[in-house]
Amino acid sequence: MTEIIVVTSGKGGVGKTTTSANLGTGLAMMGKRVAMLDADIGLRNLDVIVGLENRIVYDLIDVVEGHCRLKQALIKDKRCDTLFLLPAAQTKDKDAVDPEQMQKLCTSLREEEFDYVIIDCPAGIEQGFRNAIAGADRAVVVTTPEVSAVRDADRIIGMLNANGLGSPKLILNRIRPQLVKKGDMMSVEDVSEILAVDVLGIVPDDESIVVCANKGEPAVLSDNSLAGQAYRNIVKRIAGYTVPFLDIEKKSGFMDKLKKMFTK
Amino acid sequence: MFGIFDFMRKSSDSRQVAKDRLKLVLVNDRMNMQLLDNIKYDIIGLMKNYMDIDEDNFYISIVHKANRSTGIKTPMFYANFPIKKIYKS
Repeated sequence: MTEIIVVTSGKGGVGKTTTSANLGTGLAMMGKRVAMLDADIGLRNLDVIVGLENRIVYDLIDVVEGHCRLKQALIKDKRCDTLFLLPAAQTKDKDAVDPEQMQKLCTSLREEEFDYVIIDCPAGIEQGFRNAIAGADRAVVVTTPEVSAVRDADRIIGMLNANGLGSPKLILNRIRPQLVKKGDMMSVEDVSEILAVDVLGIVPDDESIVVCANKGEPAVLSDNSLAGQAYRNIVKRIAGYTVPFLDIEKKSGFMDKLKKMFTK
Repeated sequence: MFGIFDFMRKSSDSRQVAKDRLKLVLVNDRMNMQLLDNIKYDIIGLMKNYMDIDEDNFYISIVHKANRSTGIKTPMFYANFPIKKIYKS
C-alpha cells in the first residue's frame, strides 16, 4: 500500500524542500520504494537539493498533459536505487495543473507500487497548496520557532483539517537549544502546545544543512550531521517505529566542547 | 561599549514575549475564520426562508477592495451561492 505524505508549511523558507528531500532519501535508505514529487510548479528546487538537476528530461506537467509516460519522467536517484524524483515544471505556473489532475497523478503513483510518495508543497495557501494536498493521505507541517512561521503553520493546519487531512504531524525545524535555554527562543513544547498537534520530530539548526545543500546531498546520508540524525529518527517514526527525540541540547554541548578543543 | 554590557545583562526572555504575541495573533486569526463560518450559517438559515440554495457551493469571503466611487480600499463582504429554486410567495 502506498502512503502519500505532503510536506507543507504555509510560510516559505522554513525548510519544506530540505525536509522533503531528507524524508524521501531517509525512507529509501531503509529499503522503501519512494517517489518524491515536487509540486512547486514554476519554482522547482527539490531537484537541486537532491542533486538530480542535470538529469531532468520530463517533468510533472509533461506527465499530466500526457506528453510522456509517468515512468519516463521519474528520475532514479544516484545513491539510492529505490528512490525516484518527479520534478516540477520550471517554465509553467501553478495554474497549469488542477487538484483533479494531481489526484489522478497520485493514483498513477499508487499503481507503480511505491511504499511512500513525498510531495513537496509550495509556500502559500493558493492553487499550488490545493494541488499539492489533493491526492495526499496525510500531512506533515514544517515550522520554525518564530512567531510568523508558527502563525502560518496554524493557518495551514486549519486548512488541512478543512480538506480532510486532519491531525497533521509537526516537524519543528532550526531549533537552537542554547537560545531556548537562555529564554530567547520558543521551545518544542511551546510550539506544540500552541498549535495543538503531535510532534513528529525536531531538527536542530545545523550548519551541515548548508553544506549538504551546496553539494546536493541530503543530510540524512551524512553520519556526522546532527540534523541528518534528526531526520533519520523522523523517517523511522514515519515507518512506524518508536524512537525517542534527539537530545539536541546534550549533543550540541558536546559539539561545543569539541569546537572549543579545536579553537584553543 | 554597550556590547560587553549587553552580553553580561540577564536574558530578555523574548521567548515569553514571542509566545504571548503569537497567542494573541492566533486568537484573532482563528476567531475570524469562526466568525465567517457563523455568518455563513446565519445567511444560509435566512435564505432558506425564501429559496432553495446549493449549500455545498456556498462561498463567502472578506476581501480588501477599492470602492468604485471613492477609490478607497475597504474590507468588503462577498457571498456566492447558487440558487436551485426560488419559492413562490
